[in-house]
Amino acid sequence: MSVAAAARTESTALRFSPRWITDRLGGFVLHVAVIGLTVAWVVPTLGLLVTSFRLPADIANSGWWTALAPPYKFTLDNYSQMLQASNLGTGFFNSFMISIPATIIPVTIAAFAAYSFAWMKFPGRDWIFLALVGLLAVPLQLTFIPVTTVFVKLGLTPQHLTSLGLPPFIPLWLAHAGYGLPFSIYLLSNFFRALPSDLFESAEIDGAGTLTVFFRIVLPLSVPALASLVIFQFLWVWNDLLVALIYVGGTASVAPVTVSLVNLVGSYGQNYQLLTAAAFFSMIVPLVVFLSLQRYFVRGILAGSVKG
Amino acid sequence: MASVTYDHVVKRYTADITVVKDFNVEIKDKEFMVLVGPSGCGKSTALRMLAGLEAITEGQIRIGDRVVNNVAAKDRDIAMVFQSYALYPHMSVYDNMAFPLQMQRMKKDEIDKRVKNASRILGLDNFLKRKPRALSGGQRQRVALGRAIVRSPKVFLLDEPLSNLDAKLRGQTRIELQKLHRDLETTFIYVTHDQVEAMTMGDRIAIMNAGILQQVGTPGDIYDHPANLFVAGFIGSPTMNFVPASVQNGTAKASGFEVKLPKPIDAAKGTLGFRPEAVTDRIVDGGTAMEMKVDVVERLGSDQFLYGQVGSDQVTARVDPRLSVQPGDKVRLGLDTRTLHFFDAESEQALL
Repeated sequence: MSVAAAARTESTALRFSPRWITDRLGGFVLHVAVIGLTVAWVVPTLGLLVTSFRLPADIANSGWWTALAPPYKFTLDNYSQMLQASNLGTGFFNSFMISIPATIIPVTIAAFAAYSFAWMKFPGRDWIFLALVGLLAVPLQLTFIPVTTVFVKLGLTPQHLTSLGLPPFIPLWLAHAGYGLPFSIYLLSNFFRALPSDLFESAEIDGAGTLTVFFRIVLPLSVPALASLVIFQFLWVWNDLLVALIYVGGTASVAPVTVSLVNLVGSYGQNYQLLTAAAFFSMIVPLVVFLSLQRYFVRGILAGSVKG
Repeated sequence: MASVTYDHVVKRYTADITVVKDFNVEIKDKEFMVLVGPSGCGKSTALRMLAGLEAITEGQIRIGDRVVNNVAAKDRDIAMVFQSYALYPHMSVYDNMAFPLQMQRMKKDEIDKRVKNASRILGLDNFLKRKPRALSGGQRQRVALGRAIVRSPKVFLLDEPLSNLDAKLRGQTRIELQKLHRDLETTFIYVTHDQVEAMTMGDRIAIMNAGILQQVGTPGDIYDHPANLFVAGFIGSPTMNFVPASVQNGTAKASGFEVKLPKPIDAAKGTLGFRPEAVTDRIVDGGTAMEMKVDVVERLGSDQFLYGQVGSDQVTARVDPRLSVQPGDKVRLGLDTRTLHFFDAESEQALL
């Protein structure tokens, strides 16, 4: 009791001191910035959501915020029309066919690579790592023509692959893996490097080989990093339009949902209302991925390892 | 069960940076050997070379009769307890202890037997299913010990295993470790910077400084007969008194007193050393006495230490705790001449 009372007197004494003012002001500025950013992100999304429930005529004539006041004239027509559009189902299927391997492949390769960069000694390690980080700065568009040329020369085109009975998405898996690897390796190797070296030495004395250390110690301890990387890569591939169009083209049988979405809208912007509904519909998948992996972001997974 | 021999061992990182210089020690079978020294003295490196975590630049390390220079860590039949414990945080206590045995592809029931046995010895029976994060510091430390015990290694290596524990627990664990050593009948090599741990636990102590082995001996031996100025100053708390002195006709002359040396030495100048317990309030007739101007009085209940000036030198004295002394007082103290040390001015080696 007396301690609490004393603390309270002290804080009253400090009120309106310069330190108190800067503390409060700093907190205030931070809150304003966070709230401002949140509003800036949420308002357009909200606008899109409201629009997706409005009649085409209303969308054309008034702003989305007017729909928030009575009389309410919401409709589900956009959603039912959008779902009836012929190739949306194929689009979803294709998106899964593209996104799942295009997430698993780079994350798996990156985990192995990051482990070797972080904990194995080999000549030129630091230079190779530096080059890899440098690749983060290469613009995607720069790679389209050379990579396409190589793919065509190797026969990695949807038509050719289909004729061989192989999945037509292989070039896209490879491309997404390549684009995702530098960041994935960078992120994971930073995480692996932060693992305490005592763990590795202890495992070495216990008789664990490199692969055992990787599978039984490094991977289980890196679940949070792996989960966030999977989310990043999945979202990037799921939302991608350009890379898919370049490497497999816009044919309905191979196009992902993003291409189907674009095709809902006519060349002159008609059927705009369908796009809003479809955008929200396609958002469900990334949301499910995010929410289901979120529980792996356990803080303090390393707790109890090396501190007394 | 095995002896360990360091034979002219050198650890060099670059041409200029040598952290262990010509290290020679023979550690007997079932011995509790403590490597002690200030931080950066090379004691941990010496241990890590034995563990197989660092390459040996020159010389040989033998476990028993086997040269282990090129033997992988896992094949050296040793177990190590790290300062940080290095427990696997995602595994239960049971799995942490079973891990080294699983790596040896031991049968499940044998693993179970050994883990249960180790957990019984260490009192971890009720915690086997817990993760390390749900344990206290002392319990984690015991899990780390358990992981070493289950392997029944030839040699136990312990790298400052107590330094993450609080003072009280450290005292208890010190005693437990000694019991454990007696029960396991295995060679223990224990690295620490704490001279109290070294004195209390070691069968023998090896003192290192700046990569060089200074002295090896039993705690009593090292305390009573330090080989040089460094060892004399490192072992013992409060530290030994050092006063510059000149020698003439077998008598050492310091700034505040003179003392007849028990035997003649071959030096004109050097450092006279005597432990605080050699300076007391008991003055023997015809013995050496000195006058101290007291600066600080430390009462520990069982002891009373006086810190002050004798002539122009700083001296620490241990006096009767019932003696009433205030800072600023001048007291007459007697010096017990039986435990005098004298160190050469140049080489700092003990001459007495």
